[in-house]
This record gives sequence, structure tokens and C-alpha cells, in this order.
Amino acid sequence: MATVQKDRSMLLQKEMIANHFARLEQAPETGEKVVYTFVPGNLTELIRSFGALPMLPEINALQSGMRKQSGDYIAEAERAGHSEDVCTYVKCDIGMMRSGNIGPGGTKLPKPDLLLLSYTGCYTFMKWFELLREEYQCPTVMFHVPYQGDGVLEPEHRRYMLRQLREQVIPALEKVTGRRYDEDRLREHLVRSARAEDDLVAVLQAGKLRPSPIDGYFGTVYYVGPIFSAFRGTEEGVEYYRALREEVDERAALGLGPVTPDGPLNDQKYRLVVEGPPNWTSFRDFWKMFSDERAVVVASTYTKVGGTYDFGFRHDPADPLGTLADYCSGCYTNLNLPSRIDMLVRYIHEYQADGFLINSVKSCNSFSAGQLMILREVEKRTGIPGAFIESDLVDPRYFSAANIKNRLESYFQMIDARRLGKTA
Amino acid sequence: MATRGEDAGRQALTRAAVVDRAREIYDDLDFGVVRQWLAEHPGGKAGGYLPVYAPREVLHACGFLPVGIHGGGDRLEIIRGDAFYQSYICHLPRSVIELAQSGRLDMLSAVLFPSTCDVIRNLSGMWKLLYPDVYVRYIDVPQTPDPGAAVDFWAGELERLARDLGDVSGHEPGDDELRQSIALYNDVRAMVRTLYAVRQERPWDVPTEELYLLLRAGESLPPEEFIALARGYLAAVEAEPRRPRDNSRVVIVGAFCEQPPLGLIKSIERAGCYIVDDDFLLGNRFLTHDVPLDGDPLRALAAAFVRNDQHTSVLYEIDPLGKRRLMRDRVAAAHAHGVIFATPSFCDPALLDQPMLRAGAEDAGIPCIAFKYAENSGQFQQFREQAGTFSDSIKLWGAA
Amino acid sequence: MSCVVGIDLGSTTTKALILDERGEVLGRGITNSRSNYDLAAAVAKTEAFINARFSLVEQQAAGTDAAGVVGRLRRAFVMEQLLHQLRHLEQLMLAEVDASAPRELTAAFHVALTEICRQITAEEEQRFKQPPMLRSDFFRDAVGSAFMRIAEQIGDPNGVSFDRLVGMYDKCIIRVENEPLALDFRDHIGTALRRVGNPPGLVDAVEYAVVKDLDPRATVGTGYGRARLPFPKEQIRSEILCHGLGAHAMFPGTRTVLDIGGQDTKAIQVDSEGIVTNFQMNDRCAAGCGRYLGYIADEMNLGLHELGPLAEQSKRCVKINSTCTVFAGAELRERLSLGEKREDILAGLHRAIVIRSMSLLARSGGVSDEFTFTGGVAKNAAAVHAIRDLVQENYGQRTLNISPESIYTGALGAALFAHRMAA
Repeated sequence: MATVQKDRSMLLQKEMIANHFARLEQAPETGEKVVYTFVPGNLTELIRSFGALPMLPEINALQSGMRKQSGDYIAEAERAGHSEDVCTYVKCDIGMMRSGNIGPGGTKLPKPDLLLLSYTGCYTFMKWFELLREEYQCPTVMFHVPYQGDGVLEPEHRRYMLRQLREQVIPALEKVTGRRYDEDRLREHLVRSARAEDDLVAVLQAGKLRPSPIDGYFGTVYYVGPIFSAFRGTEEGVEYYRALREEVDERAALGLGPVTPDGPLNDQKYRLVVEGPPNWTSFRDFWKMFSDERAVVVASTYTKVGGTYDFGFRHDPADPLGTLADYCSGCYTNLNLPSRIDMLVRYIHEYQADGFLINSVKSCNSFSAGQLMILREVEKRTGIPGAFIESDLVDPRYFSAANIKNRLESYFQMIDARRLGKTA
Repeated sequence: MATRGEDAGRQALTRAAVVDRAREIYDDLDFGVVRQWLAEHPGGKAGGYLPVYAPREVLHACGFLPVGIHGGGDRLEIIRGDAFYQSYICHLPRSVIELAQSGRLDMLSAVLFPSTCDVIRNLSGMWKLLYPDVYVRYIDVPQTPDPGAAVDFWAGELERLARDLGDVSGHEPGDDELRQSIALYNDVRAMVRTLYAVRQERPWDVPTEELYLLLRAGESLPPEEFIALARGYLAAVEAEPRRPRDNSRVVIVGAFCEQPPLGLIKSIERAGCYIVDDDFLLGNRFLTHDVPLDGDPLRALAAAFVRNDQHTSVLYEIDPLGKRRLMRDRVAAAHAHGVIFATPSFCDPALLDQPMLRAGAEDAGIPCIAFKYAENSGQFQQFREQAGTFSDSIKLWGAA
Repeated sequence: MSCVVGIDLGSTTTKALILDERGEVLGRGITNSRSNYDLAAAVAKTEAFINARFSLVEQQAAGTDAAGVVGRLRRAFVMEQLLHQLRHLEQLMLAEVDASAPRELTAAFHVALTEICRQITAEEEQRFKQPPMLRSDFFRDAVGSAFMRIAEQIGDPNGVSFDRLVGMYDKCIIRVENEPLALDFRDHIGTALRRVGNPPGLVDAVEYAVVKDLDPRATVGTGYGRARLPFPKEQIRSEILCHGLGAHAMFPGTRTVLDIGGQDTKAIQVDSEGIVTNFQMNDRCAAGCGRYLGYIADEMNLGLHELGPLAEQSKRCVKINSTCTVFAGAELRERLSLGEKREDILAGLHRAIVIRSMSLLARSGGVSDEFTFTGGVAKNAAAVHAIRDLVQENYGQRTLNISPESIYTGALGAALFAHRMAA
């Protein structure tokens, strides 16, 4: 095993998460209210403005995957009648709950005081919270974020979201927390969000450099962790992204690459763009298949599921609820297929990629249905052949290392052969 | 047997003739009736919609013949469609793509993709890329039954749809035309409700295979023709009554999007189960009450959707006990003995709902079985065996 | 004389191919892949070198009286290899009897096993005198069925029974396959020559071939098991690249390659130099691969090679929806019970698996002219028939290339990469 990265940002993140989960564990005693919600379209600033603590079941599920607990949880859920065909995040979460609700960090997870069903870009979210509601019998509020079917946020859709926020979501939070909606407080959170977002975007765009000082997929899933979960709009969040940006700037100045499980990857042979979520159960092995080949990911779409910031959007304290609607609508999974293709093509050009890879996960139809069309279109528009592999989010039965390695090796060798062919 | 119908004279159709006509439409993957309608209606357009719910009234009022796109079933060989989908995605979209890529949907000027699940949602984007000349719209229905925001939102969506479709056909409908279309589809829904009621009362007289074929024909026929065909069928049913059998009465749940092959429906019935309620082609009766014909027609249609009491996997269930109660209520309403969860493989809405629905059914002491199918399943032996055993066990242990 | 070697370590068979300095094929070898990949590679390589030396014999004997005897010499050599392995098998079995059989049965066991091996030897000697007949050259295949047949005859239900004899065989055959044996050209060419009567011209040609120095200057490995080959990374190439280059070498006009192997299916696009420009492989599911046909053959109690010809007799292809290997048996039985004819079902099955590969072809960029079909399934006439029809229906007229040596496509590509390295 490689040495653990000891960057300040990493330590900060660990500490932030540990504190947050400790607070969650204590919540039944301290009386702090706990709101479950989803990463895409998470209304963290709003939840925080009511003094409540957000908890994100997808993050728990992926952490369980990384800690090799997901296989047992999924089996538990399937024994209870959940189909083998459906999303493994849901089954992992339900299995964890049925196994005592001890989180991946080892702390007891509190019951929700409110399920805030931010219905953004994923059908399964709706069923997930209907299922949790059966278990917890707690208040649930639906916040319907219309899909960008025509590739834009339509004004009527924005108005619909604003009305739901005012008429449904805020009253539900008021009722659960016993506090009145405080717009000034919300604004303060949003100011901090925008600051952290500026720093995050600088980090993401460092992928344009040669060598890239970041890995825009494997490394960046750690980088987006705080802003996608409980820490957007918090002081800790601001501090984390400031520290992260300094580190990345420093690596860039020294011409260094990112730190991978095998150590620094300074000598980069291939630059890739990746579409689709990673596999979490074999995350390090998967990453190693890239770093072994000296491949660095320069940009990815998965790192935009909890918010797309690199095309200019920032949370805007001047329009607190409107900006939340804009944010939700722009999350990657809420974009239509043509927009997703545009984004990939743009990344390939702007980040000067040699190739692109689609990791198609069985669990997630929101991502996966249509990815073969994406492959075809991106190939057509860039002239670069793409690689296509299949795995799953947290189902260890669905990660075939030999298969995936075989395809990746073939793909890298094809890029080599094409390079030689072009220069010959 | 058929004498009464003949006595009635005139042009009364036999049951077999009605069913044959419906079967012919069902079997025709080239949508001959739609093409014929277009040929007979210069300036008319055809507008497709995928499952589950699409506002057919709006298509109709804009001069479109609404056409349900329910895949190619087991009658279509998939050659091009598999190039677009991984093996873990349900079968419906690949057969829909196959239909389109083989030119069988080239008569459609518009296609609507309802918010049934993420697969159909994403197919809307694929359609935009594959068929840039076709009007494509993702139909995002409101997910909360809120009479304010939800109705306003949905009415706005319907207005936008009417405007867009009007642009395509060159005919933006006035309020009266919209009302006429709404009234016509009120009649269609009333007819479907009647058919379901008769089957529930006398399932031996209305075998589900026949009912299903009739409803499938209704997915491509002009509404008036469907109503006429259905009337003919009902008359033939009265004229040619059949004898009841000692079958069990079951409700089929989970088959609202990708449709089961006809052989599956037949297998269940032949195994000794009367299907007395189901969710096949659910879109044709999604609105459970007539849409009022006064006031702003699109607002009335929007309000009818939001007030609607159809409970299905594709809509958010606001009542915390709703999922638990649903099977009990449906079984009671249909005087059924058990529930068969017949679900397409990889169908997120149906499969994610199933544990909740099944728990509710079992709490209420309702016998259940579950199996998965694909629209092109080729073997029915296992379904027949399961349904037969189920029916026997219900009879053995007495009705619930 | 220098040469290069390409090795393709596939999931069911391992192939080796040798090229001479000019890039011409000198020899090919094939063996069944086994748990010991190193050994499979070594066996295939030995075979390829033996064939290379026979090529040299042929070259030398060309135009002389001896030319007509080379084929017989080759058969004699193969038999000597087989008898050598059989003797080894016998020794292993006898030793195993001493070590593990019940004391009271030891003597009877010795008698029975020695008798079986004697009879197999006699049969082989007899077989050699007959005109050649096609059969698998793998030792297990050649000897296994004879062993069973004879054991059944002489097994004593109350003593050394058939089951006991087969148990002993099963235990030892794996060891024969997994131990390196002296099976090289030098080891057996002398006895083989004697067996064909030492014709003078041939003796000279053989002497030339024996002493000829075949020096592999480079070796490149490929195939599914390539990561297990004890080669440095530079000497490993993906089977996609090797298949593309190999198909290009066989048919220089190739632009699209379809390979249907046992476990996977590959659709590959290549440019005018044989460089891969795009590829797709089947997803996790093995539906539509050669293995599927294997299941069907087992289910129908047929040999794999019998499926294609039977399917070709069909006049009415049954539509089969499931190419899932898991459901294959059930669907087949249901169809049979419905009274469908075997050949019609088989025609439908062949079409079904080819349809699966059509979608891979589409994903990789379609079918361009010329189109080369490789892999074990390319030997199946019904599959070829189906692919020809489907390509015609969906892409129009395309030249379809199938080489009788198509199983060596990957190994040829690997050898060509080795040739470039050595250059």
C-alpha cells in the first residue's frame, strides 16, 4: 500500500467529517435536528440556516463501499425483498439501517427529523425516501426540480421551484426545527458558499495544466466531498477549499502531478476525460489501473453531480432562494443528454485530452441510459475514440478487475498506436 | 351461441371479428392504421408518446393523432437497438429505438417522453440527437398534489406544449377545440372504465387477452374509432356470454410501462387466474375522473391531474401510509383474492416500489407472487407454473 | 536463422506462432489453456517450433522423392509424442496406485492399468497404419475416450471397478498436462523417422532441420491471460491490437474485424496500416459468445462442431429472444417441447448470437469494407451464414474474409509486433 497523503487539506477534511458525524451521533441528546437529503440538489445552506444538520445517504453508501461493508448490506436488503436489478446505493443504505445504522465511520447514525426529498436528476431518489419514510415514519417534504429537458432552466420551472421552496420546503423546516426562516442568515451561508466555489473552480481548472497537478476524477471525488455534502456555506468549508487551492497552486508551481495510491504521478503519458461515477468497492484498484499506465484524468462529469460551478454559476446571496433553484437545476444529472455531450466535448477540447472513458454503472440509469449514444456522439464530434467499461457503484459482485484492466490496457495501447501512426 | 347478436341484425360484429381487428392493429409494427389516417387527413400529424401518462387531449386538439409507443414486444428482432443500451437496462427502449431506426416511426412529427423513469427521460435526449426534425418534449409532471404551485406549473407546461405542437401542425387550438378534445378523451376514459368494470364483474366474459388487445388498438386508433370498436366488443360480449369457471381472481401490478408479451397474459389466465384489475397501459385511464369542461380547458386538465387519485410507482406518494394501503384497496375494490407482481426486468419504478407494496399486501393477509418478464420473453412455462400453483393455493386456503 | 514468436493466451486455447526474418509464418502451435498459463504457453511454443522445423523439412524435401513422405513423418512424430505421454501417464497411475489404492486391490489395479495402456498403444499403432482421420491433437482428447471405453470393458464391478479406474485417470491426467515433458522435435524425430523406414532423402532434410539454429530474437504475448505471462511489460500487447494487426496481415484490405471467441466478442476498426482506431468488447455478460454455443451443444448432446452443419439444414429459422447463457437450456427445452425442429432452433440460436455481435459492431463504428471474421465461431458455417446476411441487410455489400487459420489471428499480430521490435 502506498503512503497516505498527508496534505493539510486531507487532514482538515478528515477532522471536519469526524466532527460532523460526532455531532450527528449526539443529535438525539443535544436536540439538534437532522435532515436527510441527497447530494444533487442539496439545500445545505437552507438546512444550516435553520440550525439543522444535513445527512446524505449516498455519501454513507459510497463510504460503506470504500470500506468493503456494502456487499453485506446489499445482501441484507436483497434478503428483505429488494430486487437485484435496482440501485445498490439504496440497498446499501437500507441494509445498513437494518444492521443497526452504524455509519461507515463507526458512529451511530441518528434518525431523520425530516426527509427533504430534493428530487433532482434521479428517479430513484423518490423511491429511496418513500422507502426510508416507511422505516422512520417521519415528516417528508418533496422538492421537485424539473429536468432540463430542453437544455435550459426555463423561467416557469424556476418560479415553480421558488414556490415549492416558499410554500413547502421552508414551512416543513420551520415546523421541524421550531425556528422561523431567516433570510439574512441564509445569505451569510451563501456568501461562504460562493467563496468556497471560487476556490474549487480554480482547483478543477488546474487540470488544464501540463502536467496536471490534480486528478480530475479519482482525486477530485475527495476534493468535492465537503462541498457536495454537509459543508457548503460553512466556515470549515471555506477554510478547506482555501487550503486545497494553496496546495494545488503549489504543486502546479513546482510542475508536480497529483498524488495517487502509488505516489506522485508527475510523468503523465495520457490525459483523459471521464464520464460516469466511479466504482467505490475497488476504488483504489481502479485508480491504480490508470496510474500504472501513467494516465491522469484531467476533467470529469461525475464531479459535477453535486453542483456545476466551472461554467460560471456561483451561489448568489443577492437572490437567496432563486440561487438555490438555479443551483439545483444545474446539477449534472439534471442536464439532458445533448447538454452532457456538449460538456464532455468542451472538456476534451479545453483540457486537451487524449481520450475519454465512460464508466457505465449498473445501478444508475440516470447516468447510464444513453451513455452509448454519448460515446458515439462525442467520438463523432471530437474524432477521438472513447473507451467504455462497466461496473457498479457499491456492488462488489459487479466489478471485474481483469475485464476492466484488459479494456483499459487495450485502450491506452490504441492511443499509443494512433500517436505513432500520426507521427510516422 | 352467437344468435342474439345476429338477431340484433345490422352490422353487429362478432366477438371474434372485433378481437381479430384489434389483434391486427396490435400485430402491425408499421402502424398501418396511423399511416392510413394520415393519408386520409391531409395536414394532419401523428404524435407519439411513451408510457405512462401523456396528455393526449393536447395532441389531439392540435391536429395530431396520438399514438402510443409501447415497443415491439416479442414480435420484433432487435438488431440496432442493442447498440444503444447496456445489458442491465430494461428492454423497452431498445425496441423503441429499433422501431425508429427501422423507419417504422417515421410518420411521427412529435414524440412525448413522460417522466416515467430516467431511462425514458434520457431517451428524450437521444431522440433529439437522432431525429432533429421531430418535435421532442420531456413531459415532467408535477410530483406533489399541491393545488397551487403544482396546478400552475402543470397548466403552464400544457400551455407550452399546446403552443409548440400548434407550431408543428400549424394549428394552435382555441379553447373550444381543447374542450372538444378533452370531452372526447373523457369518453375514451369512460369507455375504458366500463370495460374494466365489466371484466371485473364477469371476467369469464371479458378475458384479459381480449381486453388488452382492444386497449392496444386504442393506442393507435383515432379516439372515436376506438370507442366504436369497444362498443362493438361490449355488444358482442352481451351477445355471446360465456360460462364462469372456478378460477381465482388476481390483480396484476407492475406492468405499467414495458408491456408483457401477450403470451404472458394468456399464460396467467390459462393457469386458472382471472385478471380482475391490472396496470397495463395505465396511461389510458390515468385520470380517474372526467375533466370538467367549463373554465380554462388546460387549467381544468392540469387541475384534474393534480387532484387525481391514481396511485402508481411513477408518481410521488404523499400519504405516508399510501404504499402500505394500496394493494389492500385495489384488491378490495376488485374483489380479488391475490396479487401478482409482474414486473419488467430492470424496471426501477416497479421494482423499487415492490417491497413496500408487497409488505402492505402481506400485512393485510393478501397472497402474493412475483416474477419478472421482458417484453420479448419467449418462454412462459415458468409463469404458467407459478400462476397455476398460486391459483390452486388460493382455492385451497380459501379466498382472503 | 533468427525468428520471432507471438503467443496468444486465450481463455480456452493458447496459440503460438513463429515468423522468420522476412515476416513469413514458419510454424504454429496450439494447446488447451490450463490453470498453469506458463506451461500452456511453453507447450504451444514447443508445438510451434516443431511445426517450424517440419516447415524446414518440407522446404528441404521439396522436389525430391522424400516430399511425399513428410506428411507421414509428421503423423509418426505426433504418435511418438502421444505414446511418450501415455507411458508417462501409465507410470504416474501405477505410482499413484501404490501410494493410495487399497492394499488388496494393488495387484489387480496394476494389471488393469497396464492392460488399458497396452490396448491404447496397440490402437494407436493400428491407427497409424490407416489413412489419416481428423481428431483433436490434445492428449486428453485423444486418449481420454479410449481409456473410458476400455476401462468399461475390463473394469470389475466387485474389485477394480470402472469408477476406480477413471478416478485414477482423472487424478493423473492433470499432472501429465501440467508437467513439462520432453516432447520436442529432437526428442522424437529419430523414432518417427525409423517408423517411416528412414528414407534417405528425408533423413538429410531432417538432419538439416534438427541442427538449424532457430533463435527467437523477440517474443510478444497477448490474449486474456497475457498479464500472467512472465514477460516484461514491453513484450505484452493487448489482444485488440494484435487481432487488428493480425487480421490486417491476413487480409490487408481489412477495415473491420469481428472476433467471437469463447468468453468474449470484440469488434475492431483498423486503418490501412492495421492500426486500431476503435474497438468494443462485449459487456460483462457472456451472452453471444462462443461459450453460449458450448452450452447449447451440451444441452443437445452434440459436439460443438456439429451445431453449425445441423443449423444449416434449417428451412425455417425460429426466433430466439434470449441469448442469455443462463436461460439457454430452459428456452431450448421449451422450444423442443413445443415441437420445433432441432435445426430450426439452432438456426435461430446462431442468428441470435450473431445479432449480439451486430450491436458491438455498431458501437465500434459499423462494418466497413473489407470485413474480417475471426475466432472459433468463424469456423461455424451457420454463424458465418447469419453474419453474412445481417451485414448485407444492415450495411450493404461487404467483402467477408475468413481465414482457415483465423484462430491464430491474435498470435500472428503478436508475432508481428515482435518482428517490429526485433527490426
